[in-house]
Amino acid sequence: MAVLKEIRKYRTLLLMMVPAMIYFLLFRYGPMYGIVLAFKDFKITQGIWNSPWAGFKYFDMAFSDPYFYVVVKNTVIISLYKLLFGFPVPILFAILLNEVRRAVFKKWVQTVSYLPYFISWIVLGGMFLSIFSLDGLINQIVQLFGHEPILFLADDAYFRTILVSTHIFQTFGWESVIYFAAIAGIDPQLYEAAVMDGANRFQRAIRITLPSLLPVISILFILRMTSVLDAGFDQIFNLYSVSVYNVADVIDTFVYRKGLVESEYSYSTAVNLFKSVIALVLVVGVNRIAKSAGGKENTLW
Amino acid sequence: MFKINGGHVFNFFLYLFMIGVIVVTLYPFWTQIMISLTPKDAPPVFNALKIPQRISFDGYLLIFQYKSVWVGYANTILRTALGVTLSLIFTALVAYPLSKAELPFNRTFTFIILFTMMFGGGLIPSYMLVKELHLMNSIWALVLPGMVEAFNVLIMRNFFRSLPESLEESARIDGAGYGTIFRAVVLPLSKPVLATVALWIGVQVHWNGWFDAMIYINDPNKQVLQIVLRKIIYDNNVQTLKQMMTTMGIGGKFSGPQLQATMIMFSVIPLLLAYPFVQKYFVRGIMMGAIKG
Repeated sequence: MAVLKEIRKYRTLLLMMVPAMIYFLLFRYGPMYGIVLAFKDFKITQGIWNSPWAGFKYFDMAFSDPYFYVVVKNTVIISLYKLLFGFPVPILFAILLNEVRRAVFKKWVQTVSYLPYFISWIVLGGMFLSIFSLDGLINQIVQLFGHEPILFLADDAYFRTILVSTHIFQTFGWESVIYFAAIAGIDPQLYEAAVMDGANRFQRAIRITLPSLLPVISILFILRMTSVLDAGFDQIFNLYSVSVYNVADVIDTFVYRKGLVESEYSYSTAVNLFKSVIALVLVVGVNRIAKSAGGKENTLW
Repeated sequence: MFKINGGHVFNFFLYLFMIGVIVVTLYPFWTQIMISLTPKDAPPVFNALKIPQRISFDGYLLIFQYKSVWVGYANTILRTALGVTLSLIFTALVAYPLSKAELPFNRTFTFIILFTMMFGGGLIPSYMLVKELHLMNSIWALVLPGMVEAFNVLIMRNFFRSLPESLEESARIDGAGYGTIFRAVVLPLSKPVLATVALWIGVQVHWNGWFDAMIYINDPNKQVLQIVLRKIIYDNNVQTLKQMMTTMGIGGKFSGPQLQATMIMFSVIPLLLAYPFVQKYFVRGIMMGAIKG
């Protein structure tokens, strides 16, 4: 009865939530029901429910398919390369830009550096196809050094390097925003005291700015670790081609092609579920670790 | 003496480096503009830091007459307007109750919403759902599936929580209920968060959105700009443009790269024009997101 009374008292608030809760149940939890596809032999004519159960057949299929391991390996390698090379760039950029004293110039650099983050990978992909093409800028430089032009985007020796560098191009500015804010929050007295003690700009950056950024850096690093299976679908999909599948095909692109191009719904869903479950375990696990290591303030929720 | 010089040298390289950053970031845009402006019979400027000897806007005039581009623009504007409006309404309506600690089952509702950030059905189940609901080839397939993001709910909830309690309190003493307070007190104060979320969804989800349109929309009359562009860049739909040129009696006047560059520029120009004015909202958005709920 007490519950009913509560509900009546807060009925306006509860009513306000109805549209969005229906949305979440239908469009977010609805597809979770569709996961049963991974355990069924899906026949379009019979629908999801009436298709016969297949047990773990499609998982066995994935785990015994050598190409599945190639795809998982590519995903992790591309993702870790992006983390290894991409993660420090915005930190260095923020620290360096912080040394620029002219406010207007600083603002300009910031604004320009965020721009690529708001351009779709269709557009960016088109631009990079042109830059890496046979008569594009990179090949003009290559030819300047007396080498033959290279079909970069079709060459598995260069493809991942291109993924990592164009990823940095798109994100370094935007990802530095959070570090700018953190730098702005450092107590100026620390710098004043350091100047009094004769510390130069380099020493101040190493001894004050960098240590003050460490909490932010570690939180963002932990957050990034949870998405290690997201190698960047939009980017890869718009740059890759059959000739680089062996180094560029990742779980997301594989799931797309298997499912929507080859119509292997059950197999595609099984591989996708494999990814989602690992991602969930990573998020929950990382949060546990953060909680026991740094207390409640460092957790994600 | 040495110290001062050292500082100057450092400053020189610092500014040089930052100018380099600007050049590298803008270079891809610059080169596309140059390619799009170079007539076929002029010496190519392909990706070099060269300015064309002659420029011509004929490429743009041709794109103007390419009907698919305008259809794409219309559909993109439509999905953006409809999508942003619905997202804002649904998100704000659910975020406000969640900002009230006294709401019954608050933790349960929050968990139901937050869980969708960590786990989802994935590609094929989502695709099947859209199909089952008969949304294929409809603007609703681009608007409904991603309408409410848990992350945006959190941002708005945190903003509503940060509003001073006293304002709502005085309205309540005057006899206003939650609905009236939300409409008359909370919403007018929430313009910053509404603008931020609206712009974020508008640009990142709708204006730049393409994957959903690629898998859900087959009807060329309902296709969005990004896919029209993708077809020209990747699927060699340049052929369509070339055929159009032939029927117009100007066949062979344009090169493939010029048409592609023109199309790229034509599709990003609105974004580039709006960007300097809206980027501060994006920055504000990421700051709001950084506050944990």
